[in-house]
Formats: sequence, C-alpha cells, structure tokens
Amino acid sequence: MSEVPMLLAEFADPQTLLDAARRVRDAGWQGRDAHVPFAIEELPEALGLGSTPIRPIMAAGGLLSGAFAYGLQWYSAVVDYPYNSGGRPLHSWPAFLVPTFEAVILGATLAGVVAFLVSTGLPRLHHPAFAAHGFARASQDRFFLAVADPEVDAARFAAKLDGLAPLSIRQVG
Amino acid sequence: MSGATQEAGLPPAARYAEMVSLVADPVLERRVGRPWWIAFLAALAVTLGFGLCLAWLFVEGIGIYGNNSTVVWGFPIANYVWWIGIGNAGTLISALLLLTRQGWRSSINRFAEAMTLFAAGIAGLFPILHLGRPYLAYWLAPYPNTMNLWPQWRSALVWDFAAIGTYILFSLLFWYLGLIPDLATMRDRARSRGAKLIYGVLAFGWRGSARHWQRHDAVYKAMAALAVPLVVSVHSVVGLDFAASLMPGWQETIFPPYFVVGALFSGFAMVVTLAVILRWGLGLQAIINERHFDVMAKIILAGAIAMGLSYLTEWFMGWYSGEHEERSFLSFQFTGDYAPFYYAMLACNVLAPQLFWFRACRQRVLPLLGVCILVNIGMWLERILIIWNTLSHGHLPAMRRLFHPTFWDWATLVGSFGLFALLFLVFVRLLPAVAMHDVNKELRAEKEAAA
Repeated sequence: MSEVPMLLAEFADPQTLLDAARRVRDAGWQGRDAHVPFAIEELPEALGLGSTPIRPIMAAGGLLSGAFAYGLQWYSAVVDYPYNSGGRPLHSWPAFLVPTFEAVILGATLAGVVAFLVSTGLPRLHHPAFAAHGFARASQDRFFLAVADPEVDAARFAAKLDGLAPLSIRQVG
Repeated sequence: MSGATQEAGLPPAARYAEMVSLVADPVLERRVGRPWWIAFLAALAVTLGFGLCLAWLFVEGIGIYGNNSTVVWGFPIANYVWWIGIGNAGTLISALLLLTRQGWRSSINRFAEAMTLFAAGIAGLFPILHLGRPYLAYWLAPYPNTMNLWPQWRSALVWDFAAIGTYILFSLLFWYLGLIPDLATMRDRARSRGAKLIYGVLAFGWRGSARHWQRHDAVYKAMAALAVPLVVSVHSVVGLDFAASLMPGWQETIFPPYFVVGALFSGFAMVVTLAVILRWGLGLQAIINERHFDVMAKIILAGAIAMGLSYLTEWFMGWYSGEHEERSFLSFQFTGDYAPFYYAMLACNVLAPQLFWFRACRQRVLPLLGVCILVNIGMWLERILIIWNTLSHGHLPAMRRLFHPTFWDWATLVGSFGLFALLFLVFVRLLPAVAMHDVNKELRAEKEAAA
C-alpha cells in the first residue's frame, strides 16, 4: 500500500460518504478505506470489508484460559497439595468454578485486545494519511474516503464521485 | 432509531464539531480555574494524610484500628465492600446500557468508567490493609514458591482475589479501549507540540480507519457482553465472603444478588453526584441534561425498592428459620446497640429515594444531589452494619463485644475519599470526560431520526 499513492476524498456528512464508498466498492477498486470520527455501522458493508475473526479469537482465548485455571486448581488441590479442608472432596469442582469463570473473562478480554492491536496494526504512530492537509478533522467532523489503486488517479476518482460533491480530493504518499 | 431505544437527548441541529469542542475545550483551551486548584490541593493534602495512615498501619499493625477479637472485620472490610460497590456500577452502567442500546449512555459512560476504575483500585487496597501482615498479600496468588504451598481454592477470599484482580484489569482495558479514538481527537486538536506528542502516543496512532472502527466495535461490544456477568460475579463473590460463613445474619442465600443490587444502587448515586459536579465544573449542560438525571433517578428509585425488598426478605427469613440465633440477631438489629444506625440506614436507602416518584425531584439538582449523598451514606452504613451486627452478636454470648472506631479508622476512610477525589480531578483535567465519538454517533442517529 505504501508504494501506491493514496487518494482521499473529503465529505461533510456520513451519508454521502456511505454513497461514495458503495460506488468505489462496486467499481472494484483496490485499497479501499475510510477515515471517520465515529463508528458508522454500515461502513464495513459499504466498503466491502470482510468480517473480522476477533470474536472467535476471544472465545478461544477465554476457553484456553479457563481450562488452564481449572487445570491448575485441579493439579494443585488433588495432585500437588492434597489438603483436607472440612471434609470436602479434594476435587471440589463447584468451588473451582469461580476462579475458572474469572479466568475465562480475563483470557477472552486479553485475547480480544491483542487481536485488536494485531489486526489493526496499532500502535503505528505514523501513516501517510496523516500528511493530508485537513486530515486532523477526520477525528472530529469530516469523513474521508480512501482509495489506493495503481489504476486510479485523482481524475478518475473525481469522475466516480460525480454528484456527491466531495469537499476536496487529495493525493498523499 | 427504533421506538424501543432511548434517545440521547442531544439537540439534532447541533454540529459534530460543537460536541467535540464542548468536551475537548475545557481540557485543551480553558485555563485551570481557581475552584479546581482549591479542590486539587485539598484532595492532595487528604491523600498525603491517607499515605500517612497506611505508613502508620505498616509500622504499628492492625491494632491501630478498632477491630477486636470478636469484631474481627471492621472499617477496612466495610470500606472495601462500599468502594467495590461504587466500582461495580460504572462498568455495568456502561456495558448494560450499550447492550440495551440506551443512547443516553454516551453522555455518562466515560466518567462512570473512570469512577469505577478509581473506586475498584481503592477498594482493592482495603482487604490488603486489613490482612495483619499486608506485605504477604501476594500469598493469595498461585505462584511456584519455596514453601511448596498453594492457595486454598475453596475459600471465598481466594475467589475474591481472582474476581477483583480480573475486574480491575478488565475495567482498565474497557475504559482505555473506549478512550483511544478520543485521545486521537485530542491529539488532532492540541496546539502545543508536547500535548500532540503525548496524546498521539497514548492514541496508538489511531486514524479512524474503517478497519479500526470495525475491529474496535467488535472487541468493545464483546467486552460489554462479558462485563455484565463479570460485574455480577464480582459483587456476588463479595457477598459469598459473608454468606459462605456460619454466622447469623450472614449465612443467607440472598446475599449475592442483594450485594449486586446494592452495588448498582450506590454506584448510580455516585454517578449522579459526580455528574452534577462535572456538569457544573466543565460546563457540559448540553451533553448531560435533565433527561439523564431523570432516567438515573428512576433507576435509583427502582434500586431503593429492590433494597427494601431485600431487607424484608432478610427479616422474614430470620424469623421463618425458627433458629434462636437468627431471631435474636433480628431483634438485636432493631433494638441493640447499633439500632440508631440501622434506622438511619433504612431511612437513607429506602425512604429518601421515594422522593424520586416526583418529577421535580428527579430533575432538580438540589434534591437530586441530597438524595444521592444520603444513599451513599446509607449504603456505607449498610456495609458497616452487616459486619458490626453479626460479629457483635455471634453464637457465643460470652464473646459478644462492640466495635469502637478509632481515629485511624476514620482517618483511613476519609483519606480514601481524598485519593478518589485526587484521581478524579486529574482525570477531568487531562482526559475528555465524555466519550466524544459515542456522543457524535448518537448525534448522527438523532439527525437521521429528525430528517
């Protein structure tokens, strides 16, 4: 992506951005992205982004961590340090479920946060998009559509967005 | 927005930039006012006092508190339960309201989560302080050691350690994840290079990419779904610390849910208290408005009714059990040495919130603040009375003693308020106290509903 220059079209409202994103998706251009100040639920669909595997990863992280916590308790209470506490069975599984439950939550959370960072490539303090004039408003009140396709230049991009009146079209990187 | 969802109460004509500047400007542009400095210095002084209390505890030992061989749990455990109750509310409010698509959540969730984080952190200190040998607190953790010892997994205290540890870590991550996009906004609005750099690094280079948002949303919503059972488990485990014992007044199956409701109740009261102060201090009248107070007051009213029901159930079960100890405990609650506090607690927790049946009381700042402070006093009384009443009236009459708080008991309690206030004051000075991206997401929904 770094070799192909990135084109940015700026819009003032989310609805127009969604229309523009759908046009670009239908044209099949590469390097589609958008930079927006708040979550727009329809955006992944409008850009044609695939689904993310984050939730299955969280589930797996939770199950692994829960299994580890239960296994640790079983090993310590039954094998390594058997101790008669008020006549309870050594393998007192109902009592073991509380730490296990907490471990499931913690494991799922940590897995989710790590998956989020890995899949977004964050932390990454520098990115070509930041060079675009006025990009600071992408985190406040402007909505940017990005395309990085070797076959698309600013003129083609502008022609595709005809009628949607982008506030500006810029090339960076 | 469908008819079932609650609107955020934002003006649909507002612009996105207005909302951002409303929240960001008090931090970035406005000079620190005199009231903030006075509050900060006062909180700092009290926090130093708190440090002194802790130092003295480490030097002298648990004998500086009023705990005795009968009432072995005193202020520290009551403070712990009270603070963790407040700490439970923020994440639960934020997560539950997100899952039920309550748009008005966006105005309060950020500072409610910060409140949770600080309160849970302070709460986590108290059980350690109360250990007698606080420097050995790490023995609760399972780690390979030369003593060849393992934690006692069947003990509610070890569950507590697991629950609170998980909860503090979880709350920190949930809060920070929600903060990342707003840190990017702060980076982009900051003027000085230092501020740009610090906010920029803290924001991890967030650029609002569609992929960022998609993944952020996936993790954040999944975490919200995890938060609800987590919070219920945390305070249920606190309830089990008591219920898993054999003491009259403690060994009740109602304790876990009753503790969870109490936590939510006191937490909402604290959120309202902080919201009133924050709205005045940061000039957030457009974002935190009467509508928010109205809904929160209704939840507190519902909480008061649930608390009343819990008390009634406790009394009924005490009588219905037919146990002599339980019945004598019940009469000790109403006629014993601590009875005045018990009546005060009932007045604060059950009677005072009944004012919220009236709209005028739900929407005006003074009655709102008054009732919420009473609720928090009432909930603290409840926590201390659960300990005092039961331990002072155990199975062996010859062993019955009262608890007399010492200067250090009070000083530690007041000191913990100082630390909380200090953390909160620093938070509102350095970070956006309202989730700007969430507010603007709601604003978009309102705009489209109005269009």
